[in-house]
Amino acid sequence: MNSSQLPGIPYEYVEEDVYNNKSPLLLKYNPVHKKIPVLLHDGKPIAESLLIVEYIDETWKLNPILPHDPYEKAMARFWANFIDNKCWPAILKANRSPQNEREKSMEEACECLKTLETALHGNKFFGGDTIGLADIAANFIAFWLSIVQEANGLELLSAEKFPHLFKWSDELVNCSVVNETLPPRDKLLAVFKARFAAATEAQ
Amino acid sequence: MEGEVVLLDFWPSMFGMRTRIALAEKQIKYEYREEDLRNKSALLLQMNPVHKKIPVLIHNGKPICESLIQVQYIDEVWNDRAPLLPPNPYQRATARFWADFVDKKIYDLGAKVWRTKGEEQEAAKKEFIECLKLLEGQLGDNPYFGGKDFGFVDVALVPFYCWFYTYEKFGSFSIEAECPKLIAWAKRCMQKESVAKSLADQEKIYDFVLQLKKALGIE
Repeated sequence: MNSSQLPGIPYEYVEEDVYNNKSPLLLKYNPVHKKIPVLLHDGKPIAESLLIVEYIDETWKLNPILPHDPYEKAMARFWANFIDNKCWPAILKANRSPQNEREKSMEEACECLKTLETALHGNKFFGGDTIGLADIAANFIAFWLSIVQEANGLELLSAEKFPHLFKWSDELVNCSVVNETLPPRDKLLAVFKARFAAATEAQ
Repeated sequence: MEGEVVLLDFWPSMFGMRTRIALAEKQIKYEYREEDLRNKSALLLQMNPVHKKIPVLIHNGKPICESLIQVQYIDEVWNDRAPLLPPNPYQRATARFWADFVDKKIYDLGAKVWRTKGEEQEAAKKEFIECLKLLEGQLGDNPYFGGKDFGFVDVALVPFYCWFYTYEKFGSFSIEAECPKLIAWAKRCMQKESVAKSLADQEKIYDFVLQLKKALGIE
């Protein structure tokens, strides 16, 4: 998902084959981590998705993504950081764990979701009324996780367990700006179903 | 602007040192409170319920957690003196990238160097030096990572300097031999009062780690 859609900035999208064949361009512009996404602005590279979002926010002033107040900004960065460093690895692990480790990894992932449920404070978004840094960081929970859950049958996020977070995920995915940048759901679902089938067979 | 500033910290923490340096750079008066990590205070648990970790910066009763977030907060609130991040967005993104690189790599690799032995230690040492060399490359011929001025990346990395002695003793290697420019940079930073006052004594760190290894049952 690309946050540069929010201020309405035109950009060129370049698809990378990250598993098999990273382009010389990618390796040139992100020699340290060799990962996507990399934003190129006037030929200058910026890597690490949250840093890219902050760069975009500081360069194009329309529709701010981060709050102006330093304390609110620190809180937005804190939650984005928590989502990136704790939630993402825990949720990824829960979805990839072999049968015997699944209960523990699901519990850890649920702890993360519980913390996020509270952090929302009943607001529409982590950013309040509008999408902020933490919402962008958490977009994988709103979009990717629901597809993965459908593919592997493991339910981490549900309306019963986390009503605010569930509602938030719906709002985020259906928000027009977000909706337009997401890859096609059914295509991803097919890819994940195939992957889980192969992994289950291998186990 | 000042209000009441409290820092919950633990003296050997490189992360706490970052915040101490930033506060000193801006000449902010604050109350330092030492935490016993085996017996965390009620205040720490209340102010950082998510991670329960130090450092925690408390400004007018409101907590800010995570050292690099604290340093940016300090820079933004006390924006009338000693700027740590440059004004240009691209340079800011670059500074944040390298501070993030330090966060992602240096702590864990350093910990592996003092905690492990044999092949695992050798692999950690190798990667550790590679990362320091990358940082050296980024420094180039500048006196600081911030260019001619001490800045965000300098604050992020220099606290590890007081831990180098410990890494070297446990890893049986010399960081200066591999990365002389980086050590020269660190010594230059130590000339600044804010850094010299904030870093712990390297021999005390070594003793601390010796005790820690005993307590953890690591040889």
